[in-house]
Amino acid sequence: MSQIQLSHGGGGEETNRLIREMFYLHFANDILLAAEDAAVLSVAKNIAFTTDCFTVSPIFFAGGNIGKLAIAGTVNDLSMMGAKPLYLSAGFIIEEGFEIAKLEQIVISMAQELSVSGAKIVCGDTKVVPRGSADQIFITTSGLGEIVKPGISANRLNEGDVLILSGDIGCHGAAVLMEREGLGVRSNIHSDCASLWPAVEALLRHDIAVSAMRDATRGGLSAVSNEWARQSSVCLELEESAICIDDAVQGICELFGFDALDFANEGTFLIAVEAKDAQRALECLRGVEVSKNAAVIGRITRKKEGRVILHSAHGSSRYLEPPKGELLPRIC
Amino acid sequence: MSRLELKELYTGFRDAGVIKALAKQICTEAEKLCEPLCIMEVCGGHTHTIMKYGLKQLLPQSIEFVHGPGCPVCIMPKERIDQAIALSGMKDLILVTLGDMLYVPGSISSLAKERALGCDVRALYSPMDALAIAQQNPGKTVVYFAIGFETTTPMTAALLQKAQEKGIKNLLFHINHVLVPPAVDAIMHDGEARVNAFIAPSHVSVISGAKIYRGICENYATPVVVSGFEPVDVMQSIAMIVRQKNEQRCELEIEYSRCVTMEGNLKAQEMIRRHMKPRENFRWRGIGDIPFSALELKAEFEHYDAEKLFAEQLPHQKIDDHKLCICAKILKGLAKPKECSVFGTACTPNQPLGSCMVSSEGSCNAYYRYAQV
Repeated sequence: MSQIQLSHGGGGEETNRLIREMFYLHFANDILLAAEDAAVLSVAKNIAFTTDCFTVSPIFFAGGNIGKLAIAGTVNDLSMMGAKPLYLSAGFIIEEGFEIAKLEQIVISMAQELSVSGAKIVCGDTKVVPRGSADQIFITTSGLGEIVKPGISANRLNEGDVLILSGDIGCHGAAVLMEREGLGVRSNIHSDCASLWPAVEALLRHDIAVSAMRDATRGGLSAVSNEWARQSSVCLELEESAICIDDAVQGICELFGFDALDFANEGTFLIAVEAKDAQRALECLRGVEVSKNAAVIGRITRKKEGRVILHSAHGSSRYLEPPKGELLPRIC
Repeated sequence: MSRLELKELYTGFRDAGVIKALAKQICTEAEKLCEPLCIMEVCGGHTHTIMKYGLKQLLPQSIEFVHGPGCPVCIMPKERIDQAIALSGMKDLILVTLGDMLYVPGSISSLAKERALGCDVRALYSPMDALAIAQQNPGKTVVYFAIGFETTTPMTAALLQKAQEKGIKNLLFHINHVLVPPAVDAIMHDGEARVNAFIAPSHVSVISGAKIYRGICENYATPVVVSGFEPVDVMQSIAMIVRQKNEQRCELEIEYSRCVTMEGNLKAQEMIRRHMKPRENFRWRGIGDIPFSALELKAEFEHYDAEKLFAEQLPHQKIDDHKLCICAKILKGLAKPKECSVFGTACTPNQPLGSCMVSSEGSCNAYYRYAQV
């Protein structure tokens, strides 16, 4: 049997076999294998809890797939709150006829990505829907993490904080766009999809005075920086030339009229730290593979509350607006 | 031959040092100007560059920009968008067009809204993609809603030529190609506009040559510089205009000499001439009727012309802009986006009332996104 059938979601023997031979096999841990109606967890007093749905198309892209994304996405949301990712749930909605081999590839990627942070999948669910009712596979993950450093919040940015970006931007958005739209352009762009916990862990281990962290997912750096400016009623002043963009990503932007600042990232985050710790924070981040290209890109001021100002190397400034609508190519 | 990297095509033209040096040169030379300089950048692409790179901040008070009618989406009258919408609602019809067109509001809807309601509307990256769509859907009619100035016209002509060569019968055209010089004439001829120099778009002249601006240069005694779209190009063009003014010259000059010649791409011009002819009249949003300012398919290609074939089913009611909208004045260079009472409030890129807010190359949209600090 090489395709998922409706019976795989029916709760009977086929469902059990799929759970045993696929999910238990790859996600194995004591809590999951206890096979109770709900996972029984022992957790600390302060926990972070998050959920995310994944519907990416195509499901396989350069640098990752929907499974890797589903783990990294939720792990990153927890990490951004200064929480060590511990337990995840995974819900699968699978379209009838989906290849089991592809499902296994996705599940193996999930297991590999879990090993980066040490988080475990402790519960899950699988539903199979008739052909045409879903686009191949959708995954939902929820996650629970133990807060290592309380008080990290996008609502508490302080004037004087230094802004650090963990790497170059736009790779995920560009990689997915290239495959989705069949633009007929070949490139070596890979999604940056990755768990950020190792980078966050390094910051927390060295007791860096982090004010806030946020991964620059949908809407990219433009969206995140504007969210921060509004949430904390501060001004983010960014130096355009300090924001690193891969040549190939910039090339896609040039060809199709996009701005890399608007492109999604899945393994790049913005960090606000107290100025006194900025240099140490950079050193910590650069010592970790996922954030080895970290750079200071700006600072928090009161110049124009609620806005993001982008300073150019040639001496002019402009507001950076959050991205609008769907990404469209320019017309001429 | 060594391999050319894409970035080599633009990095030097965004160099901060060069931009600063040009700014300094312009500031020095502008001190000698006898009158303030009111430069119309005809094309929305230039508006975008000026705003995105904050070039105005580097220039003296005596140099002002007026944003011209050069965004093909912005000048599209609502009745033609209504025609696209009517086409998209027809049975077994696929409407294909370039991306920005989807969000332009017609009288009551937009192509994006119609798409959400189930109409088959597709955004193309290249007009040539329409061929494959037509071939893959032999039982359906594919209509290419063609837009753009001289720059995009040859692609439409090439698409039509390819459709003929391949014997594709189910690909039709709704032509909305417009011309730059008649629009500039329409703005200038009544003497209302304060413009005394022009930056003209290079991509138009790559096709049509710089020669198309000779009339403007002579009739209105204004310098015209055909400029590239990178910030260094625009700054260099401004420097050339300042120099012309100081030397009391009114000439047609080419800044974008990397690709533009006086004559342009003769092969592309011939391809356009073979398939299209000037349209007696085209109503421009914001400016109104301008004779011979647009193109249509020649009579011999009528069987490809969706406008003719569906003439009876398409709406022809003229629709004016929202009464609060001052796009007309903005397109004529008589007002700045910020002078509009609904700018950034009732009219935003997500909910555009007027045409200039719709496209990323419209002047209101550029002002909204890149407002100066």
